[in-house]
Amino acid sequence: MNNEKGKDEMNSDKDGKKKESTKARDFKVGYLARVEGEGAMYVKIVDGTVKDARLKIYEPPRFFEAFLRGRRFSEAPDITARICGICPIAYQMSSIHAMEYAAGIRVGGMIRLLRRLVYCGEWIESHALHVFLLHLPDFLGYASAIDMAKEHKDLVKNGLAVKKLGNDIISIIGGREVHPINIRVGGFYKAPREYELQQLLERLDHAKDTMVDIIGFLARLEYPDFERDYEFVALKHEDEYPFNEGRIVSNKGLDIGVEEFEEYIVEEQVEYSNALHSRIKGRGSYLVGPIARYNLNYDKLHASVKSISREIGLGCYCSNPFKSILVRALEILYAIEEASILIKKYRMPDDHYIDVHPSNAVGYGCTEAPRGILYHRYVIDGNGMIKEAKIVPPTSQNQKAIEEDLYHFAQWYVNLSDEELVWKCEQAIRNYDPCISCATHFLKAKIER
Amino acid sequence: MRSNGKSGIRRRRYKLAVWKFASCDGCQLSMLDLEDELLMLADSIEIAYFLEASKSVVRGPYDISLVEGSITTGKDVDRIRKVRRVSRYLVSIGACATAGGIQALKNFRDSKEFLSIVYAKPEYIDTLDTSKPISEYVRVDFELRGCPVNKYQLLEVISSFLNNKRPNIRSHSLCMECKRLNNVCIMVAEGVPCMGPVTHAGCNAICPSYRRGCYSCFGPSESTNVASIVKRYRDMLDEESIVRLFRTFNAYAEPFREVKRIE
Repeated sequence: MNNEKGKDEMNSDKDGKKKESTKARDFKVGYLARVEGEGAMYVKIVDGTVKDARLKIYEPPRFFEAFLRGRRFSEAPDITARICGICPIAYQMSSIHAMEYAAGIRVGGMIRLLRRLVYCGEWIESHALHVFLLHLPDFLGYASAIDMAKEHKDLVKNGLAVKKLGNDIISIIGGREVHPINIRVGGFYKAPREYELQQLLERLDHAKDTMVDIIGFLARLEYPDFERDYEFVALKHEDEYPFNEGRIVSNKGLDIGVEEFEEYIVEEQVEYSNALHSRIKGRGSYLVGPIARYNLNYDKLHASVKSISREIGLGCYCSNPFKSILVRALEILYAIEEASILIKKYRMPDDHYIDVHPSNAVGYGCTEAPRGILYHRYVIDGNGMIKEAKIVPPTSQNQKAIEEDLYHFAQWYVNLSDEELVWKCEQAIRNYDPCISCATHFLKAKIER
Repeated sequence: MRSNGKSGIRRRRYKLAVWKFASCDGCQLSMLDLEDELLMLADSIEIAYFLEASKSVVRGPYDISLVEGSITTGKDVDRIRKVRRVSRYLVSIGACATAGGIQALKNFRDSKEFLSIVYAKPEYIDTLDTSKPISEYVRVDFELRGCPVNKYQLLEVISSFLNNKRPNIRSHSLCMECKRLNNVCIMVAEGVPCMGPVTHAGCNAICPSYRRGCYSCFGPSESTNVASIVKRYRDMLDEESIVRLFRTFNAYAEPFREVKRIE
């Protein structure tokens, strides 16, 4: 790790009190670890006051929105999946919903059920990756889950078993866990047989017990007492905890249809990052992801999940980003239970897809990726070819909130030693499970020459 | 240090590093997707540099480096050269690292797009305008194909290295895998365009098994006859669709990159 310490070695005395000093401390973490993709962090402290906090994203842009031009509408799910190997289902789902919107078609029945089920798989897999392999080592003081496994073998093993279960749901429905091949606009290439999914039921029951224990364990961890007044943004559906459908709402009055996204949310380019920053017009930063979903959709969780969240004292509202690990664990539990319910309802359909042919239309799609809402818009010409594409991934929406957290958080802990403060700040970034691979590919400036 | 059971010869634990260039993270994630094998793997090899998984970094040199992603910036050219210098054995993993990935589509932008047949190499005005495989810049000891790689093949590559043997990775076409699975040929029986005949094996023919045509995540197989399959596609597709079929995740791999227009 490129930890370059500032000019001033230490700024605090033995009692942790800040010494008067006119020197500046800069922190740079050149390569953030345990995040997906390449990013860096920069914090500047002058006289014990944080002056600047930045999340830099320098992962090279890959220009997906340009490649999509001139491709057939049906190619979007496979191409956009390649934006992110950690949440390919989210990209496939947002793109197929956008194409179906453009064609004026709503897909229901067993196809809808399978989409929800495969999304459960992705949430379980992606959240388990983050909770057990990326985030938990921070709380327990290890550099990685592999180091953590030396003393917490069962915990890591159980976490990996939960993660594998998520992957297995994706593989059965999608064909493989990374970049699944079975998802198409209108449905699936092939529907799984009932027994293929039912064989997972026993493991889902077992995983549920595992997660209940793990949530109890996580609740006993020590959390920094850090809360902020965020604007939370998530999908909201009448009857369900949201995956694929719903209106985009916030705790501060936003309530819009998916097609209104760009009227209310703007993207800005900043010079130091290869990803665009999003903000709500007339206001500012906002937060998407597990905590936002949880706060806005608590009433749609299963009773059993709600009762556990009461037991651990989390309740129906969380504004401490460090507790996102708890919320993710609760969402894993929800997704496990939901998967079980869906599998029991599932009957192999006669038609595994509906013919969809968008033409001369604009399509909008927004679904709940594990890290928050993922927005797609496509302009389709008369031959079904993509004329224009716009994609706004969750991490670029969270960037501004991450920087503000970093700013306040570094101030909060300004008396810590450099090394401790850097770790704490890294942890503050990891709270958001930032997927930098996703966030980067959307730099609009200077697309090819 | 650990002892090598039978011979009693002590040998140092090998050090593994995982590097990322322009990519989606999916191939390195495949290593973390080896849920049943990961801890065992970590026992037999020291995971010395793997930023997606660990904040601790053990200094090089490394015995084996897995490289994900393609080279798209000048900085990354320098970085891959450094990686080569600190690596005894360098394996590029996935379509970005072995063929330039989907982002290599920009390599074609200088040509008159789909409508002129050119067997020419694309003109590179500036390396930054291209996305190229690792092997264009440094010596690569082994290339593991796939978008994404097959995680069990990744395990095979690592364990072959540990056991000082050649990885058992077949380079024949996907059709062989399909036949072994007893799939009915989707192209012959249903007239669905399938890239299986020109595609490198490795995924276990998932697409045909799910009744869709292969779209060549693994790129060209060892000896392909692209011209011949293109002739066959003409019964099913128009010229532009044929070109698009080859212009995906392995578009820049030879001989796929030569498919531009068919006269």
